[in-house]
Amino acid sequence: MSVLVYTEIAKGKIKKSSLEAVNYGSRIAAQLNTSVTAVIVGDADTAELGKAGAKKVLKLKNDKLTSLDGMYLTAAIEQAANAEGANVIIFSHDFTGKEVAPRLAAKLKAGIVAGAVDNPVISGDSFAVKKNVFSGKATALYAINSAKKIISLLPNSFQVELKDGSAEVADFAVNLDAVNSPIKVKEVKKVTTELNLPDAELVVSAGRGLKGPENWGMVEELAKELGAATACSRPVADMHWRPHHEHVGQTGVAIRPNLYIAIGISGAIQHLAGVNGSKTIVVINSDKEAPFFKSADYGIVGDAFEIVPKLVAAVKNFKANHN
Amino acid sequence: MKILVCISNVPDTTTKIAFSADNSTFNAAGVQFVINPYDEWYALVRALELKEAQGGNVTILHVGAADSEATIRKGLAIGADDAVRIDAEPNDAFAVAEQIAAYAKDKGFDLIMAGKETINYNGSMVGAMLAELMNLPYVSLATKLDVAGGVATIEHDIDGGTEVVECALPLVLSANKGMAEQRIPNMKGIMSARTKPLQVVPAVATDKLTNITSYELAKGRTECKFIDASTPEKLIELLHNEAKAI
Repeated sequence: MSVLVYTEIAKGKIKKSSLEAVNYGSRIAAQLNTSVTAVIVGDADTAELGKAGAKKVLKLKNDKLTSLDGMYLTAAIEQAANAEGANVIIFSHDFTGKEVAPRLAAKLKAGIVAGAVDNPVISGDSFAVKKNVFSGKATALYAINSAKKIISLLPNSFQVELKDGSAEVADFAVNLDAVNSPIKVKEVKKVTTELNLPDAELVVSAGRGLKGPENWGMVEELAKELGAATACSRPVADMHWRPHHEHVGQTGVAIRPNLYIAIGISGAIQHLAGVNGSKTIVVINSDKEAPFFKSADYGIVGDAFEIVPKLVAAVKNFKANHN
Repeated sequence: MKILVCISNVPDTTTKIAFSADNSTFNAAGVQFVINPYDEWYALVRALELKEAQGGNVTILHVGAADSEATIRKGLAIGADDAVRIDAEPNDAFAVAEQIAAYAKDKGFDLIMAGKETINYNGSMVGAMLAELMNLPYVSLATKLDVAGGVATIEHDIDGGTEVVECALPLVLSANKGMAEQRIPNMKGIMSARTKPLQVVPAVATDKLTNITSYELAKGRTECKFIDASTPEKLIELLHNEAKAI
């Protein structure tokens, strides 16, 4: 048996969230006295998978696997898991993970915890995993009662650790003759200029306090200087000041970056639910009574239109002195 | 077109979450329950728009106990034609998917829709599991949906962008923000909801593959450190030296 980890490539490199998943899998494998086999579709330098803790990398091969279609991918990962005798299968709780991990769980009758935030607690036959519930307002410990177990790991729950290590790489031919997906991809629209919000380590977010979409230039500039992704509150997305994929909160995207800077956002409970997993929270608001300050690590009370440009200058200055 | 919309019964988004003294169960005392926003605002409303444009029938389905009937009636008030409640506790995603699959497998639904996740357990699992159990394609995080000539055209979120796919019906999809706008039920809807059919279906035997053993409230922040608005550059120093965030 082994721990199987599904990994993915973006922009020619192994995704950070995949390395987090391999790290996570290798900690589980150590507890279970086994090793990690990573599976991957496509070609990239796989050396980092070995450094993250994989002992083996299987490159899933079949012409049908070009579009990461859920039906094909589920069957392919199942075949690899069977070949490896894997009882524990790890995904990142990202787009593919949300689509494929539960599908595979239903196929294998494997208990699944989707969006795990901590290492499993393993003791004898008991296996329990913590995940966020109530949109981040609480966590719950889930016991997985089945022999086969699937976990999808919430991105940014752990820092990636790379050590000396290498993995044996082999092709794994998948048989998908019996699977025929009716889904046909017509068009892919990639957002190439922005950082992917759920993966971002730094996020600069702004709300209604900015008064209008024309005032986002300084937010984007601060984000650019920090190397951060931009985000927004729900009213801002609802008023179409910003695209809906930037909306973080209970009904938007839930994120947990290292640093979340909220500008002109009052901090409604629904917004907090999507961001309170962030390691450090900075709140900038003209209203000193804004509830967000109660959930912040650092606060500045004042006019964003004065403060943000000064922050941009301070970041530039900081970068000049630290390079 | 026959559309099935799966709805969950969840605490209102403003709910202050609390648990029993031993942290083993959610404390529902005084909590207002609503249709899961993703199920209602996006999946149900888009299903109704398609029905209004093309004809057909929208059934809402809920797995839960009798105390969730007020939530189901709200779905009928918004415009669903009829409702089904499968009489089972929804405490494991796979068990819920098995209940829905057992009901839906011979009903000939063209489209099965749900929200992208519930706002209480945030699993994002039942749609994909249902698709697997019914051997149907599944499109997750759909932001646009149109149907013509038995083929759905769907725009959905993927890693780093969006993708447009076509898929012959039937299929399962999860709805994300963008699919439709929230609808407030009018008086006529509320009145007619009282008499629309709500069928209660007994539970089938299912596998409960997981169970929650304990809850814990998210930890609050200790204290907010304020920086004077005239010297915001101090924030950058603190973020580097103290928080080690940059």
